[in-house]
Amino acid sequence: MFSWDLLANAVVAGILLGGFYAAVSLGVSLTFGLLDVVNIAQPAFVILGAYAAYVMNSSFGLDPILTGLLFTPLFYVLGAAVYRIYYASFERRGDESLRGLVFFFGLLFIIEVSLSLTYGVDYRLVEAAYIGKSIDLGGVGIAFRLLVPCLVGLAMTLALYLFLSRTFYGRAVMGVSQDRVALRLMGANPVRIKTIAFGIGIAAASLSGALLITIAPVVPSSDRDYIGRVFAITVLGGLGSIGGTLAASIILGVAESLMATFFGPSWSLAVSFGILLLALAVRPAGLFGR
Amino acid sequence: MKTGGALVVAVAVIGGGILLAGLRVNPYLYFAGYVVLQYVVIATAWNILGGYAGYVNFGTPAFFALGAYTAIFLIEAFKAPLPVLILAGGLVSALLGLGIGYLTLRLKGVFFSIATLALSVVLQTLIINWDYVGGAKGFTLIRPSAPFFGNWGTLLFTVMVGLAVVAVLVARSIERSWIGRGLAALRDNEEAAECMGVPTLRLKLFATTISGFFLGVAGAPFPYYVTYVEPSSAFNLDYAVNALAMPMIGGTTTWIGPVIGAVLLGTAQQVATVTISSEMNLLVVGVVLVLFVVLAPEGITGLARRLRGR
Repeated sequence: MFSWDLLANAVVAGILLGGFYAAVSLGVSLTFGLLDVVNIAQPAFVILGAYAAYVMNSSFGLDPILTGLLFTPLFYVLGAAVYRIYYASFERRGDESLRGLVFFFGLLFIIEVSLSLTYGVDYRLVEAAYIGKSIDLGGVGIAFRLLVPCLVGLAMTLALYLFLSRTFYGRAVMGVSQDRVALRLMGANPVRIKTIAFGIGIAAASLSGALLITIAPVVPSSDRDYIGRVFAITVLGGLGSIGGTLAASIILGVAESLMATFFGPSWSLAVSFGILLLALAVRPAGLFGR
Repeated sequence: MKTGGALVVAVAVIGGGILLAGLRVNPYLYFAGYVVLQYVVIATAWNILGGYAGYVNFGTPAFFALGAYTAIFLIEAFKAPLPVLILAGGLVSALLGLGIGYLTLRLKGVFFSIATLALSVVLQTLIINWDYVGGAKGFTLIRPSAPFFGNWGTLLFTVMVGLAVVAVLVARSIERSWIGRGLAALRDNEEAAECMGVPTLRLKLFATTISGFFLGVAGAPFPYYVTYVEPSSAFNLDYAVNALAMPMIGGTTTWIGPVIGAVLLGTAQQVATVTISSEMNLLVVGVVLVLFVVLAPEGITGLARRLRGR
């Protein structure tokens, strides 16, 4: 039995979900898309951000999204440190891609296992005034727990876009992705620029982790679901294109939401990975590739 | 060591395994030994693609679980015996390997690795939704009485000794033939190798197929070993990490590297599981992997070579 109401609800939920996916994917878009660092551990940092929000919420009653914002400096420092290790061990030796990949895979695993050692494997969730409320627009319900993360995600996307196109450091990041030697000739240090950009990428994980735990409960192994999503979005959006990332996020959000509504939630995870495989096999440059 | 010598050693190892099985020491030793040997097969198989050809495969759980679920399907449908399960599990995974081999035509390096990770999740979703082999509920196997040694623990241990020896012998002969040299050439520079007349596509297809075959072989006896299989245990990410960590720790360029890595890390994990906790042993694997990849990228065999060279 086909119902237009169901379809409209699924599409709206998908678009809202897409805004949130954009927030999660920005970090990878920046680090993998622009810096060529295969930061496969980004989803683990997102889960770390989610647990930070959980801890602050359950012990001090702090708002999850505020916590996400407060923790960004800490995550920035963490990201900068990780990049320094990565640079010293792999990039400087010119041995980056494959061993670097293994390095980040190991990092992902360490974060995940440390979280499950500390907090166990139970689902954790946060409490806030807007979670559980919704508004009704002519049969289409908009849940605040989806709307708020979507709006924050859109704001993050806009902020990153403005940073990359308007500021000196942002333009330097774009420069480092295009021509490292030319950037050096212009008097900027590529390693320093990449450290800053990587820090920002991980800082974004703090905020998007807070959004994640606002939307749904989280376990340490949730990061695995997001590896496929995030890379599907990054590849589909064209590596390093911020606008493309947003568009691909919304496409994926709607596709997953439709799949979950009409075929059951157990299939929705296959959508992202299916899209990823398809995108990689057919058009690796993505829809909006440079 | 000549090939004849290697065969003698291989026969001796299998003979030693059977002897050990006949001793009937503490049953837990067989149980733990099976896991370590299973990792010898997995690490060796992974290394044929990852170490020799330089294509990092994150999809080990997909191949392992495909072997296990092929076995489950054959048990459900025909009550097939163990040797048939192992062969069939290997062949089905080899087909999947051939498939990802064609993927390497378009996907190099990092993109290949991400695609293999995706493959694992897609396959898991399919299995979860396929009720015939248990779906998300899992599959329970009631084992008939063991034909040899009186119990399955000992029998499976002996079978794994044999499989490990075969896998290592195959890896060793690949490494020492023109195939191994061709794979090393394409690992160092694929375009240059192609220009020099190395049949890169055929070699890659060969490597992915053989690697897939042995990963499937390692997974096929799994239902008999655990008697209860569910998608999340068969598709466990631990297999991906271990398959990667063991050759990386041992050294990826020779056949002995994965064996050393699997025996050391596998045994350490078994000890840690008993004495500390199973979560803790995974943490150890992750930390050791990162340390090795940062500090000793050539693994234990690389370190040994450097020490001897001095």
